[in-house]
Amino acid sequence: MAKEEHRIVKGQVMVPYEVALGKTWSMFYDFLKEEKIMGKKCPQCSRVLVPPRSFCPRCFEDMDEWVEVSQEGIVETWVYVNMPFFAQELKIPFISAQIRLDGSDTGFIHQVAGIDLTEFEKVREIVKLGGRVKAVWSREKKGNILDIAYFEPVK
Amino acid sequence: MQRVAITHVAQSSGMESKESLMDFTYRVNKEILDKAGLKRREVGCIVAGSADIFHSGLSCANAFDWDGIGAFLKEGSRAEESAFSFIYGCMRILSGRYETVLVTALVKGSENPDNDPITSFYGDPFYLRPVGVNESVVAAMQMRQYLERYGVTEEQCAKVAVKNLGNALFNPYADRKRRVSLEDVMASERVYDPLKALECAPKSDGVVAVLLASEERAKTLSKKPVWLSGYGCSMDHFHPGDRDLLKGQLPAAAQRAYKMAGIDDPGKQIDVAEVCEPYAFQELLWCEHLGFCGEGQGGRWIDSGMPLMDGALPVNPSGGVLATNPYPARGLYRIAEAALQIKEEAGEHQVGKKVRTALAHSTHGFGGQCHSVVILSA
Repeated sequence: MAKEEHRIVKGQVMVPYEVALGKTWSMFYDFLKEEKIMGKKCPQCSRVLVPPRSFCPRCFEDMDEWVEVSQEGIVETWVYVNMPFFAQELKIPFISAQIRLDGSDTGFIHQVAGIDLTEFEKVREIVKLGGRVKAVWSREKKGNILDIAYFEPVK
Repeated sequence: MQRVAITHVAQSSGMESKESLMDFTYRVNKEILDKAGLKRREVGCIVAGSADIFHSGLSCANAFDWDGIGAFLKEGSRAEESAFSFIYGCMRILSGRYETVLVTALVKGSENPDNDPITSFYGDPFYLRPVGVNESVVAAMQMRQYLERYGVTEEQCAKVAVKNLGNALFNPYADRKRRVSLEDVMASERVYDPLKALECAPKSDGVVAVLLASEERAKTLSKKPVWLSGYGCSMDHFHPGDRDLLKGQLPAAAQRAYKMAGIDDPGKQIDVAEVCEPYAFQELLWCEHLGFCGEGQGGRWIDSGMPLMDGALPVNPSGGVLATNPYPARGLYRIAEAALQIKEEAGEHQVGKKVRTALAHSTHGFGGQCHSVVILSA
């Protein structure tokens, strides 16, 4: 009998999706083009959510009030990503962080950059829980989340 | 009130299988029916646990799964989280409609992309995916908060990997078999700092089946049926920024299960636990949330030796998800392993103490968005 082979069929599939943003998120992106970070405020619990939602997921009520939040906030937590993965377009290393923008009540997830990221130990000296960061805008606005290029530590 | 039991369990190895997914599925289901002395046509209905496109490369993969599970000409259903498949199967018996239900979860992790690209698709394409978020990224954010808020050390987190990979050496079905020291874990690559490579679960193959039966039927099928005595589940917000990552929904899920099972002191009343820990520190955090130790005490808890194989409350004697991670099937693996401990059929990783009550836990989503807790009793 022939030696057992591990025979496989290789495949890679690419299929297109067209995903609706809806009114609230379209407006959020339009505000980003104007270099404004806008949240929505819940009429019931008064929380300001960024990114905004058309409804408060807790109270399950419509949220109609737009509120501009600060472009500065504190780092609630962060990770130094040093692992490339398929279809990830960001170059490693990069920092993902959850940022509480002043005037908001939720964590906003984005990148922290604008500092030398090559040496991890040095990064740890600069990026800290509770540390302040500030939005840096992309020069060219495309109407998406990367219109905020990144957040940089405030000196 | 009607009761439901696990009468039999069968599982495959977590290592890469050269069999096709259909054959791989069939082998384990054939084994469990042979163990129970049942013919395929005698099984009441089937509930599968599988995830399609990303984990199988097949859309509506359950269509492909049914033949290997033996579901032809039967009522069947499926959930992507296999702990849900389990409870849906139990409900079909508790409703009185069926006397037996076969619950099977399956995946060939060796055939699909790494966990990180797959879990990046949990993220929405508006806010999370474009900034590089995946399950490991959120886990690392959660770990950093865990370390800083409670003063748990990186070494204490790494000890979970040492323990679980050590336990896996005694589990013939485990995927990652390698004795590692604390130094090995700490020196492994900082892939998502503070997470290190050996603190992240691998990607495994796995088919696991449990046969459920009504009380009357269970007593004829098995000398030692294992009874479902409690179940609880709870969901958190989708967006990680809407939650406190250290105060998730596991306490709520556990309380629901404990209330149903009549447990008021889980640390004393539960004899062994199989906890879903795709990242080492999560076992400590989940053990706090399950009430095995106090808030922020996870580090001291592992230092105390309590969760070791010969400890007072062994956690993951099978090696857990850090050793074997057949992604959508891992919840049902925990349930199967908990049942084996009660049946005293866990083999070399049978814990030393007598097991009357066992807990199985499953989680999915970013940072534990959803948790399920199952209590099984002798």
